[in-house]
Amino acid sequence: MSKDGVLIRARGLVKRFGDFVAVDGIDVEVRAGEAFGFLGPNGAGKSSTMRMIGCVSPPSGGELQILGMDPRRDGPAIRARLGVCPQLDNLDPELTVRENLTTYARYFGIPRRTARERATELLEFVQLAERANSKVEPLSGGMKRRLTIARALVNEPDIVLLDEPTTGLDPQARHLVWERLFRLKQQGVTLVLTTHYMDEAEQLCDRLVVMDGGRIVAEGSPRELIERYSTREVVELRFGAEGQETFAGKLAGIGERTEVLPDRILLYVADGDAAVAEVHARALAPASVLVRRSSLEDVFLHLTGRTLVD
Amino acid sequence: MVSFVLPRLVGLRGPVRRSVSVAERNVAALRSAYWIVLVSGLFEPMLYLLSIGVGVGALVGDLSLPGGRVVSYAAFVAPAMLAASAMSGALAETTFNFFGKMKYMKLYDGILATPVQPFEIALGELGWAMLRGTLYSAVFLAVMVAMDLTSPSRALLALPAAVLVGFAFGGLGMTISTFMRSWQDFDLLGSVQFTLFLFSGTFVPAEAYPSVLRWVVEASPLYRAVDLIRGITVAGAGVSQLVDVLYLVAVLAFGLVVAGRRMGRLLCK
Repeated sequence: MSKDGVLIRARGLVKRFGDFVAVDGIDVEVRAGEAFGFLGPNGAGKSSTMRMIGCVSPPSGGELQILGMDPRRDGPAIRARLGVCPQLDNLDPELTVRENLTTYARYFGIPRRTARERATELLEFVQLAERANSKVEPLSGGMKRRLTIARALVNEPDIVLLDEPTTGLDPQARHLVWERLFRLKQQGVTLVLTTHYMDEAEQLCDRLVVMDGGRIVAEGSPRELIERYSTREVVELRFGAEGQETFAGKLAGIGERTEVLPDRILLYVADGDAAVAEVHARALAPASVLVRRSSLEDVFLHLTGRTLVD
Repeated sequence: MVSFVLPRLVGLRGPVRRSVSVAERNVAALRSAYWIVLVSGLFEPMLYLLSIGVGVGALVGDLSLPGGRVVSYAAFVAPAMLAASAMSGALAETTFNFFGKMKYMKLYDGILATPVQPFEIALGELGWAMLRGTLYSAVFLAVMVAMDLTSPSRALLALPAAVLVGFAFGGLGMTISTFMRSWQDFDLLGSVQFTLFLFSGTFVPAEAYPSVLRWVVEASPLYRAVDLIRGITVAGAGVSQLVDVLYLVAVLAFGLVVAGRRMGRLLCK
């Protein structure tokens, strides 16, 4: 680790696949003990960035330093101190739940006995102790993800990399994963995660960058980003079948900004209720009205003109 | 800083330890259905030896080898079956199983996130394949001794030779795997393997072929393997066997280096 507590430092980091530029010169700093997020839609370059940080994908350009080392030269030494939870589970289907942890520990050169002890602790931690001797296949998606997270912790890593940790999980399974990750964060483990769920980013990340088309378009804490790029409240209006466009003009002047989406109109305002009163005062009768707080989704919409989950 | 420099000075220990951990995984997997695959490989060469060596051998009678020695047909076929089983055992592990782990189970993606490097995976998987192959060869040699097809001392000498054969084909198999696109490509590999099995001086001495064809046969890796093991167990070893050993070592080195490199390129994009 460098003196200023920066564990990951990227300068002008680039990843190219042939002519395609997946990551287009990004600057990132991740400090010890923080939960850092890459937020963006599919294809924004999040996973490519994660693979470069995980030292399994050589950068095509720029600088990258992890734990004070150079991934091109010190790959094995860096990976020894990382825990990786990939987007697609690659658990070993020929081994049991417990063996998946003990075998993985051996790749790090952890003695068998220690490996067994850690496996027991970690299975407890991810609430899979009862399934220890089961094969991997019959486990649910949420259980597999939790096992993958346990596997990422088997070497007591300095940094845990989580690529889309809850994509494809049902709501209950997601909350269980979030709760475990939050516990890790409290223990002071540095988390780096990618997500295209704004609620996930808001819940878990101390600081995040918003990525779009291989570039970073904004950076800050969830609250800072919302304050900087959005208003305090948002009014969502739906106007039946006639199409939203027809009404957009009639809403001019209410709030700071208006976004017209195919199925609804968003009014960015400081005071939601006052804005709704103004809508009614103009004799408009939307089919539904919802007042809510601004979220990272609004930040993303403002920065890119698109929604996160298409 | 000292702690980062030291591991590199220790040099080989890390890679060897990591390769062993890759092989260890297969020991753990033995408890699954995988052991059935292992047992089946044990019986195949014996069945060939009994059906063709002994059965067809009764019709063929004795053969005179180039050196002038006259041996029974079973004694002629047995070393070839040993070489062929070392080949097919090594290829099964390093093509079918290796490809499945790499492409479908995505095992190596998981392993490469640890300090283990592509070359170390190749070495570990190959080492495991050889452990398995050594066991097969030892059992087969014991049967040969029991049937009086070779002497115990020749059999002892033939064991390391059979292991070398396995290593060479294992290295080759892994390289081939990195070029495979889908399971369909394995049909092609199967045909090539069967052709080698039939025409590498296994059932008929290479001298029986027309001279042009004979050159082709003698350049094939299985022919070199058969020649090596037959020389040790039955005929008598000479310069030809030294060529065999050098040939097989070269194939092994080529296989390991190319496979390690190709894996790095395929998996660390």
